[in-house]
Amino acid sequence: MAMKIGSKPFLGRVDEALQDDFMRKAMSSAQDRLRGKKMLATVEDELVGDWEEWRSAGEEIRRHTLENLDFYLDQLSENFSKRGGHVYFAATAEDATRYIQEVAKQKNAKKVTKAKSMVTEEIGLNEALEEVGCEVYETDLAEYILQIDDHDRPSHIVVPSLHKNKEQIRDTFRDKANYTGTEEPKQLAAFARSQLRETFMQADIGVTGCNFAVAESGTISLVTNEGNANMVTTFPETQISIMGMERLVPTWEELDVMINLLSRSAVGQKITTYVTNLTPQLEEDSVDAPKEFHLVILDAGRSKALGTEFQSALHCIRCAACVNVCPVYRHIGGHAYGSIYQGPIGAVLSPILGGYEEYGELPFASSLCAACSEACPVKIPLHEQLIRHREIYVKEKAKTSEKLAMKAFGIGASSPSLFRLTVKGMPAMMKPFVKDDSISGGPGPMKLWTAVRDFPAPGNSNFRKWFDNHKKGGGTDG
Amino acid sequence: MAEGMIYNKSDFLANISTRLGREQSKQVTRPDWKHRPQLEILKEASPEELAAVFTKNSMEKTTTVIQTNSARLGEVLLDTFAKYEGGRIVATKDERFSGYGLDVVLADSGAHVWNSELGEENIEIAKQAAIGVFFSDVSLAESGTVVQFNDKDIARSVSLLPLAYVAIVPKSTIVPRMTQASQTIHKSIGEGKELSTCINFISGPSNSADIEMNIVIGVHGPIEAVHIVVADR
Repeated sequence: MAMKIGSKPFLGRVDEALQDDFMRKAMSSAQDRLRGKKMLATVEDELVGDWEEWRSAGEEIRRHTLENLDFYLDQLSENFSKRGGHVYFAATAEDATRYIQEVAKQKNAKKVTKAKSMVTEEIGLNEALEEVGCEVYETDLAEYILQIDDHDRPSHIVVPSLHKNKEQIRDTFRDKANYTGTEEPKQLAAFARSQLRETFMQADIGVTGCNFAVAESGTISLVTNEGNANMVTTFPETQISIMGMERLVPTWEELDVMINLLSRSAVGQKITTYVTNLTPQLEEDSVDAPKEFHLVILDAGRSKALGTEFQSALHCIRCAACVNVCPVYRHIGGHAYGSIYQGPIGAVLSPILGGYEEYGELPFASSLCAACSEACPVKIPLHEQLIRHREIYVKEKAKTSEKLAMKAFGIGASSPSLFRLTVKGMPAMMKPFVKDDSISGGPGPMKLWTAVRDFPAPGNSNFRKWFDNHKKGGGTDG
Repeated sequence: MAEGMIYNKSDFLANISTRLGREQSKQVTRPDWKHRPQLEILKEASPEELAAVFTKNSMEKTTTVIQTNSARLGEVLLDTFAKYEGGRIVATKDERFSGYGLDVVLADSGAHVWNSELGEENIEIAKQAAIGVFFSDVSLAESGTVVQFNDKDIARSVSLLPLAYVAIVPKSTIVPRMTQASQTIHKSIGEGKELSTCINFISGPSNSADIEMNIVIGVHGPIEAVHIVVADR
């Protein structure tokens, strides 16, 4: 599955990440800067007013839209097709790529330019287009860097190449694209501009994602800074936009609110340099507009969240504000998640889209500090959803030993006498692992904790004993 | 353009309705939103105050801002062109140029005025151009943004391909923020008016912070931007 990154198990990836000092430094510095910029543009910007009001507005709009998703998708598709655009509803990633391959074949397309889009990563679109003989060019600077570097995978939803420094980028450009300049970001960006300029003009198809679709007008709204999305949607004869089915708003009035929340939360800007709103061309009379416009609306597991406690995960607008405050992401980086969707929202979305078998361990990559929920511009209760995922995972998918441990706990806890016995017996059971009042190499599930830090050894007292004693007016033994 | 095709809609939407535990919604009324902070921003600002905020926020994005009036606009435009040392100029086909008496300025400067009948030749010229000049249809004070409603004459390439864009911003087009632009668009859709194929919100030169979060000005779009704010006649 194209959503997946790497083949190592989750803990192997975490180990690898924890040993990569450079990556960890890059992540923490990027997190600090992104978070700082967001604060300046939200709670610290007097002009924007009460940021909590904006979050409430965002939540209200997303909730209503998702509750009426069928209606608004119907309206969107009708309005898009009335203008001459083609709409393909894709139940699976395979359906989506098959349709896009067919369009590419019909158009005899050889060159495809792409603006940054996580959903195209999710469905593995580049590989699918290459299968039918297309050369695919990523044009967002970060995606271009990853593509040149032997198709490295994204480590952040908004800045996919966050794990690379300028020296590494210089070396990649030098080794793979004959670059002769320095590591100055300005020179590196100028190189990408010169390399892609003609490609933009020659492309047969331009591919984009979709930040928001507007149901009332059949419009696709794209939020960018580099100008590449405009290049991708201006010169090729055919445009294909792919959207997760939840990425829409009823009208332009709600688009306004969502663009503000996204620009400020993702990159700390009052508005991104370009907000490009594209509707199929009614008359084929413009020299610089696509003649054909396809919209692919993707489910690929999203509908599994509808009507469940995870429905609000579909409110996500992919700003990565939760990623930028997550202490776990800070330490393990993006690749360790093994999914193109990282951080708290990745740990919530990936099991929904890709299943517990593949991504069930991700919800454990969280300290449940709730910083993510507080940062979310549309108030998704991320940490609560992480807990719920854990419950489901343990219940349904846990490995046998963990199941047994939990089962044993369940049995023990269900019987007061057995529970007392278990708690009382804990100091004796742990004795072989205790050194200087702490456990440094615990068994079973404790092994993960004690691999990196000690765990206090259970004392001879416990809460129940302490409480009984306390009630009797005794000391605070324990 | 003939109406487009829609594939697999009914099954797809039926699945959504089932998951939501109800029949498919045939009619939905947008709620009266409880939270509307967007309406509060700059709501009491005078045109002068809006122009001042627009200027400040444009400059924050490294855009050069020039204030002038309609009588001096031609002269200011010529001065601006002169800074690009004879580089090619491309302009949208827009009646407002003649409305402000700028036809002569464009002709004297050898500007290419977009002519869709010439086809691809327009794009070739825009690619070589130093300056693309156009009028802003709506201008957003909060973010120093100019807006184009693109069509065959107000071509997308003009603000995109040249090294610099020069936007003429009539003061009356400045509104507090995207809210007012969106309200106008929403209203015109309600009145059955055809929407422009590209509504482009542009806030200064193209840029990127993808390399170590360092801002680089000038990536795939223009490297420089100029907003000329014109007091209305």
